[in-house]
Amino acid sequence: MPAFLFWLFAGVMLVFGALVVINRNPIASALSLVVCFLGLAALFISLDAFFIGIIQVLVYAGAVMVLFLFIIMLLDLRAEERRRMNWVAFTGGFVVAFSLLVQILAVISRTQMAKQAFPPLASQQVDDVRNIGLLLFGNYNLPFQIIAVVILVATVGVIVLSKRQLR
Amino acid sequence: MNPTTFFIFTTLLKIVGIVFVVILPMVSYAVYAERKVSALIQDRLGPNRVGPAGLFQPIADAMKFVLKEDFTPAHVNKFYYWLAPCLAMVPAITTVAVVPFGSTLFGVPMVIADINVGVLFVFAIASLGVYGIVIGGWASNSKYPFLGGLRSTSQMISYELSLGLAVIPIFLLIGNLRLTEVVHYQINHGWLIVPFAGDWRNPLGWLLAVPMWISFAVFAIAVFAETNRLPFDLPEAETELVGGYHTEYSSMKFALFFLGEYAAMITGSAIIVTLFLGGWHFPGIPDGSHGWIFGLINIFVFFAKIAVLLFVFIWVRFTLPRFRYDQLMRLGWVFFFEIALVNIFWAAAILTFFDR
Repeated sequence: MPAFLFWLFAGVMLVFGALVVINRNPIASALSLVVCFLGLAALFISLDAFFIGIIQVLVYAGAVMVLFLFIIMLLDLRAEERRRMNWVAFTGGFVVAFSLLVQILAVISRTQMAKQAFPPLASQQVDDVRNIGLLLFGNYNLPFQIIAVVILVATVGVIVLSKRQLR
Repeated sequence: MNPTTFFIFTTLLKIVGIVFVVILPMVSYAVYAERKVSALIQDRLGPNRVGPAGLFQPIADAMKFVLKEDFTPAHVNKFYYWLAPCLAMVPAITTVAVVPFGSTLFGVPMVIADINVGVLFVFAIASLGVYGIVIGGWASNSKYPFLGGLRSTSQMISYELSLGLAVIPIFLLIGNLRLTEVVHYQINHGWLIVPFAGDWRNPLGWLLAVPMWISFAVFAIAVFAETNRLPFDLPEAETELVGGYHTEYSSMKFALFFLGEYAAMITGSAIIVTLFLGGWHFPGIPDGSHGWIFGLINIFVFFAKIAVLLFVFIWVRFTLPRFRYDQLMRLGWVFFFEIALVNIFWAAAILTFFDR
């Protein structure tokens, strides 16, 4: 893909990722996160990983964030907008984030693989949906099933917790 | 002209052609058709003042929308209030990008982007359509739009599941998510609404008919719910919520919501046509490789099928009463969700035991 597209979408992701934290309005934060996810999906698609990119939009931007918005709208979060910035927390967060960035840069600069451009995940001709399916249900069938059971347990747990009175 | 320039040029031509020459006029005339058909059903005349049989009514409506004062109430959240109508219109039109609307014309395939995750792309973009309605309802900062926005969120999330599950039997059968492959399969083996039509003596086709009909029914009904059409138009139920999520909107911003709904209807119909009704194929009409006139006829056939489905949408609206909200939710979660799941198992079992 043209490099400028990478910089464009990476820039979009970073700006809107920062806006998630900076915005005082929770709805604005949630919507910034949606745009951030769209940028991430665009990056996946530019690596020819269509399936992962589209699933990113479908699951995170289309379903999870809609539920987030739904919950945020039901709560009254006016107090959040009026809150002053806590400078101690701001400095602490900045130090942690900055040291993490330095750490990642240090690791990347030492590994050999990070110095070359990453090859596209799949060429145009490869059917990545089929490949992911074969991998998930072939090589990683047991972990996949275990994750499915864990998610099922979580779902049942949520329903049990949200039911006020149990019979 | 080198291939890249040619590709960019033809793609731009297709985008402009399909959006501005076909979809947008179709949207405005869908409004006209809605008023005419409803008049027919209710034994009225409908619009008949502007032009012959009222045919220029959409143009007059558009002029009215443009010339009206664009009023922004003082209590709204300005930025999101402006953003919402755009978000309602854009996803509805973006979905068309992966739909094959014709065979080939002068050797150029008549699909804007033939990607290998076609139907997932459709679902992903369609699921973004809810933001326009939710943000519109929230930014209006008054109670009826807000209730409309909340209703629409839960309704769209609920029916998205049935929508996604309903199409799985199709892809179990075809083994490919690419929409052009779906159309080619239907050309060779008969439309998926009549899977036995390709080869009458093959028992597989007859066995698959029932799961395909169930898929079609669930999918079509879920499209009604996703596009907020009656009998599922709870987000904008006039008798309960004034105008629903667009109560506070006027002039062109209201028009964008209104036309977004019709654009969503058209793209929903386009997906139904592509998945179940053979796309641009019609028995006896060859594809575009036999001459450009057939290429044009293929495109015409595709949009004619959409027009028929739009008529059904309108017909249903003026025939069925609105559901109650708890009925809507129960229908989605307890009935369609389960029937779509059972349908998948059934189709998978048939395909396992009667492999071609």
